[in-house]
Amino acid sequence: MPGGVRVGQHAGPGGTGLADAGTGGNGLLVHIAEKSYADAAGSRRQVLREVAFGGKGGEVIAVLAPSGAGKTTILRIILGLDRDFSGEVRLPPGQLGVMFQEPRLLPWLTVEANLRLIGRGDARQRAALLADLGLAGIEALHPKALSLGMARRVALARALLGGPAMLVLDEPCASLDPQSAADLVRLLVQAARRDGTLVLLSTHDLDQVLGFADRLLLLAGKPARLAADCPTRVGASGAGARAQFKQGLLDRFPFLNATSSEPAAS
Amino acid sequence: MNRRTALLRALSLAGLLGLWWAVALIARNPALLPAPPAVLDFAWRATLSGAMPRNIAITSLRVAAAFAISMLSGSVIGYVAGRSARADALIDPWLVILLNLPVLVVVVLCYIWIGLNDVAAVLAVALVKVPTVMVTVREGARALDPGFDELASVYRLRRRQHVRRIVIPQLAPYLAAAGRSGLSITWKIVLVVELLGRPNGVGFELDELFQTFDVAGILAYGFAFAILMLGVEAALLRPWESHANAWRR
Repeated sequence: MPGGVRVGQHAGPGGTGLADAGTGGNGLLVHIAEKSYADAAGSRRQVLREVAFGGKGGEVIAVLAPSGAGKTTILRIILGLDRDFSGEVRLPPGQLGVMFQEPRLLPWLTVEANLRLIGRGDARQRAALLADLGLAGIEALHPKALSLGMARRVALARALLGGPAMLVLDEPCASLDPQSAADLVRLLVQAARRDGTLVLLSTHDLDQVLGFADRLLLLAGKPARLAADCPTRVGASGAGARAQFKQGLLDRFPFLNATSSEPAAS
Repeated sequence: MNRRTALLRALSLAGLLGLWWAVALIARNPALLPAPPAVLDFAWRATLSGAMPRNIAITSLRVAAAFAISMLSGSVIGYVAGRSARADALIDPWLVILLNLPVLVVVVLCYIWIGLNDVAAVLAVALVKVPTVMVTVREGARALDPGFDELASVYRLRRRQHVRRIVIPQLAPYLAAAGRSGLSITWKIVLVVELLGRPNGVGFELDELFQTFDVAGILAYGFAFAILMLGVEAALLRPWESHANAWRR
């Protein structure tokens, strides 16, 4: 079908007829056969090809790729914000919590009103979440009074409110100081372990996710394909095991060197 | 505006009044250029007789009706045109024609087709005003942040919430600007429309005074109505505009 682009099917809770890969029928299923953008000259440039994976509640999945490899595009397709692709997406039943790369707080509403807008959780839960993120007492402020790091933490609080079935986070640790990043990771892991939330996040930093992600999805190539989908149960097993695991990844996928913020172990 | 510039403004206004008074004294032709007391005297007598309050009330009602209709329809049409390129392609040619049609042609045609009544008068003013509201609101609709629409989509906000909390706050500065420039255009056109085809109102009264060359009366009505409209603008529209823009600062 030259030049033809089938609009992708995007289904909320419920079936699309996509084969179920052991997710018990209500997990996340993603199959992006092809995604391309029209460039200035009018021809189409393929950015994604054959990206397929599933996910189930309680899992923390990190999509890892160099910058500009299509991570954000994958997340947008999963969120139903981009339907110009061929393939199918099925979301787990329940609510979505989303943290975009930029905070996307409404500047004309206070922090409290921004959180209230989405209609999830009650006043007690909002206050508890803000306190948990080190943001107690900022409810009455407008977003312009916040630093970028604080605004992003408010966006995280908004995503976590009401215990969503799935959390989608685009580069959640970017522009956060180490303490805030650690808080964020702790809350994500807690959401996954305690509430059975499926956490899907994108990152370009291998070291950042090795400690807490359950699975790594590696994207590579042009157009980007799924190069690896591997479990990473090394978080609790100590620094030595983690370094070993990382070295194994680096040996298999040399492009990852560009995604590691720490020097590789020799 | 600090106290210094406020003082300068007051001085400038007093200077204009003084100049008028001086020229009137030098000209010594009260029929052609009456001094301020003569104008005040006319306004006082016309107020006591009830003619001036009645005419101003009638005109104000026409202004309010035309203003409301043009703001409402112009905003809706402008929003649709700003959101959809197809709708804009359909609407834009009409807009260009309306924008370039002389006001007088619109007014005269409305009177001929609808009749010499208030419906025609108000509709004519609204038709003249709608395109400028539309252009302003269309600009606002084009500037809407798609990121906030995505936010509404992933958090499954209800349509009502989406419009009230996300769309209208972004459009508010444009609506306020359209409203403020809209009022000043509307009331000036209403006077012309009244002069051409209504048996009452400030425009009609100005026509009567023109027949008798009553300059004091013309100035009295002109100033009284202008002051009222400036008051409405300062008391209602300006505060609303600054409120609508508050989050941008």
